[in-house]
Amino acid sequence: MYNKTAVIAGIVAFLVICSSPFWCGFSSDSYKKPEIVTQKDKNKECVEDVAFMRAEHMQLLNEWRDQALRNGSRVYVNAKGKKFDISLQNTCLKCHNNYEEFCDKCHKTNNVEPYCWTCHILPKGSK
Amino acid sequence: MVEKLLEGSKRYYYWLLFLVGVIAVCGIVYIYQLINGLGVTGMSRDVSWGLYISQFTYLVGVAASAVMLVLPAYFHHYQKFKIMIIFGEFMAIAAVVMCCLFIVVDLGQPQRALNVLLHPTPNSVMFYDMIVLMGYLLINAIVGWTTLEAERHDTPYPTWCKYLAYLSIVWAFSIHTVTAFLYAGIPGRHYWLTAIMAARFLSSAFCSGPAILLLLILLLRRLTGFNPGKVAIRTLATIITYAMCLNVFFYLLEVFTAYYSGIPGHSAPLTFLFAGYEGVTSWVTGFMWVAVFCTVICLTILINPNTRTGSYMPLALILLVLGTWIDKGLGLLIGGFTPNMYEGITLYLPTAREIAVAIGVYAVGALVLSLLWKIALGVKYEVGHFDGDEGDEAEAEAH
Amino acid sequence: MKKNRRSFLKVAGLSVFALSSGLGSLAGEAKADVAPGKYEAEPLGRKPLAAKRWAMVIDTRKFKSADDYKPLIDACHKEHNVPRIRGAQNAEGHDDQEIKWLWLDKFDHAFPDEMNEYLTPKIKAQVFPMLCNHCTNPPCVRVCPTQATYKLPNGIVTMDYHRCIGCRFCMAGCPYGARSFNFVDPRKYLPEQVPNPKFPTRMIGVVEKCTFCVERLDKGMMPACVEASGGRILFGDLEDPNSVVRKALAENFTIRRKPSLGTQPGVYYII
Repeated sequence: MYNKTAVIAGIVAFLVICSSPFWCGFSSDSYKKPEIVTQKDKNKECVEDVAFMRAEHMQLLNEWRDQALRNGSRVYVNAKGKKFDISLQNTCLKCHNNYEEFCDKCHKTNNVEPYCWTCHILPKGSK
Repeated sequence: MVEKLLEGSKRYYYWLLFLVGVIAVCGIVYIYQLINGLGVTGMSRDVSWGLYISQFTYLVGVAASAVMLVLPAYFHHYQKFKIMIIFGEFMAIAAVVMCCLFIVVDLGQPQRALNVLLHPTPNSVMFYDMIVLMGYLLINAIVGWTTLEAERHDTPYPTWCKYLAYLSIVWAFSIHTVTAFLYAGIPGRHYWLTAIMAARFLSSAFCSGPAILLLLILLLRRLTGFNPGKVAIRTLATIITYAMCLNVFFYLLEVFTAYYSGIPGHSAPLTFLFAGYEGVTSWVTGFMWVAVFCTVICLTILINPNTRTGSYMPLALILLVLGTWIDKGLGLLIGGFTPNMYEGITLYLPTAREIAVAIGVYAVGALVLSLLWKIALGVKYEVGHFDGDEGDEAEAEAH
Repeated sequence: MKKNRRSFLKVAGLSVFALSSGLGSLAGEAKADVAPGKYEAEPLGRKPLAAKRWAMVIDTRKFKSADDYKPLIDACHKEHNVPRIRGAQNAEGHDDQEIKWLWLDKFDHAFPDEMNEYLTPKIKAQVFPMLCNHCTNPPCVRVCPTQATYKLPNGIVTMDYHRCIGCRFCMAGCPYGARSFNFVDPRKYLPEQVPNPKFPTRMIGVVEKCTFCVERLDKGMMPACVEASGGRILFGDLEDPNSVVRKALAENFTIRRKPSLGTQPGVYYII
């Protein structure tokens, strides 16, 4: 085998770079669920239960968008039979009006940057 | 074969370094455009496509033109082209790469480009354009690489590769036809709404593409000594001449229909391009007349068999490329959008940043082409297929 | 022989797979919904306005000057947070890169097919409103490679800005110049507090246009310009012989923009 040193050094460098996310993950603090402020009024219920919303809110929003824009279905009837206007801006954000402590905190912790707010208007007071 | 990339002269490395430098600088301009939007270009609400899409259109033609080598070689077993087919195929790859990049730099939301695949829309010509361009890239890459590999090992290429080459011939016609359909199917844009658009595109592609190829091959001959052979050059020059004559003929057909019918919508774009419209003349008028001048001179040189392959040939080819580029790379888009939808005039002038991004894309194409041709040349040199005239001399002696 | 058969089966199997998966997505097979709930059209509060084919009749006789149209344009552009770019101080774009949903122009620009050289002085001086025609055969929908722009069953041609890739094929396709592209960030040309906080803005790099206020119709409200016109613009169902638009079309001579292109515009003008 010729160029032995270069080849082996290359393979080692490749492996180190490829596995670097794992090494970084091991060395940093363990994941903590961010403490978010869900809403002002604790008695109010969201469109679906917390576990579903936490896991699926992005798919739900996509589905809402397609239903409202393409099917003209602008009302969502949840599993309990309660009705909601389909609107991120005018339904979701009415209760969840603290952008920094709700949306942003969790998105930042999970390192995602959805660009909802380039078009949708954030509630007053939060930026 | 990739190792051929690493065996080059200092000049080769400087050339690559230069291209990378151009790409880097223009890349920064593109990032600026990405952040600030297409507002940095000269395009507007009324002239909504500009330099990027017109370069895309021109380069689809260059890509399709590889067929002018592949068709005689594979359908008619014309042996003289065999030595340089690979250069045509590799140029097609570089051209398709540039086409894709020109589409990407033209998008307002490039990160969503794959929506075209996520939501396939069979009624949109753009959808088919994406499919045929990707397919053409793949076919040329496979055929080019396989035949070169076979040539290197001095074995015949596999039979499937021959059929794939046949497919590439049909495919080449299809890519430019579909690109013409992008324009020719739009109601209300008089300059584009013409059945002859695809034929015009193909004829202009089949003269300009081979002309660019021949110019580059001549440059290669000077730089490396690779000789495609006198006969091959003569045949290619003849093909170019016929295609250019057809191109001019088709354009004149447009001119006749527009002015003899007297329908204002049809003649307005031509009038705007060549003489200005309702008192408004733009910079493009000068360019259009330069194109006319180029066309006349190049056809004078090319049609005469005594001067066709003589010392004026490179000049004729340069003028031909310039003329067809002005027609397709400037006039086509500007004529399509002016007069605008309200029969008014919105002038378009590409900005410096727009031109810089376009140069960057061309530099990427030049880089891809240089690397691919370097591989091809390396193999040709290794197996001794370096002189297209070699066989002819032996043949002449035998007679 | 054996080998041939095997390779044939392989290719056949692959092709069937590719075709079926491709056709499935082409047919727009509905994906399983994630949400456990259901969807309804009936809005909370008011009844939605419905029609088989929405259309608009503009009585241009009742508008004297550009100033008469101004409240309508303002209502539309405020309702939808349309930025004002022309004449604004901006570093990036230029005036021609403006956004227009409802705008005015002279007769020969609005109706270039009407080529009478000698018009009445009144028509010559008059301006005419232009907006998306919500065509029956919309070229913009035909050319859009992502179905970001589409026609609803009620005839309205509208857009999903989330999906638009900004290729601007629709702008080349539209014979009416009804579409605007966000060459620059629209938020930079809107006040910090947008005119209508209940409606989104658009983002840079997407195309937009008039939507016939589909979001208002679904909530039981007439389009903003119709509401602001005080009866000078009529809006109704073209397929209902008793609708206001059909009555207006029966009683008045109307024209449409570039009807010869076969797009069947849904906006009629009483001249």
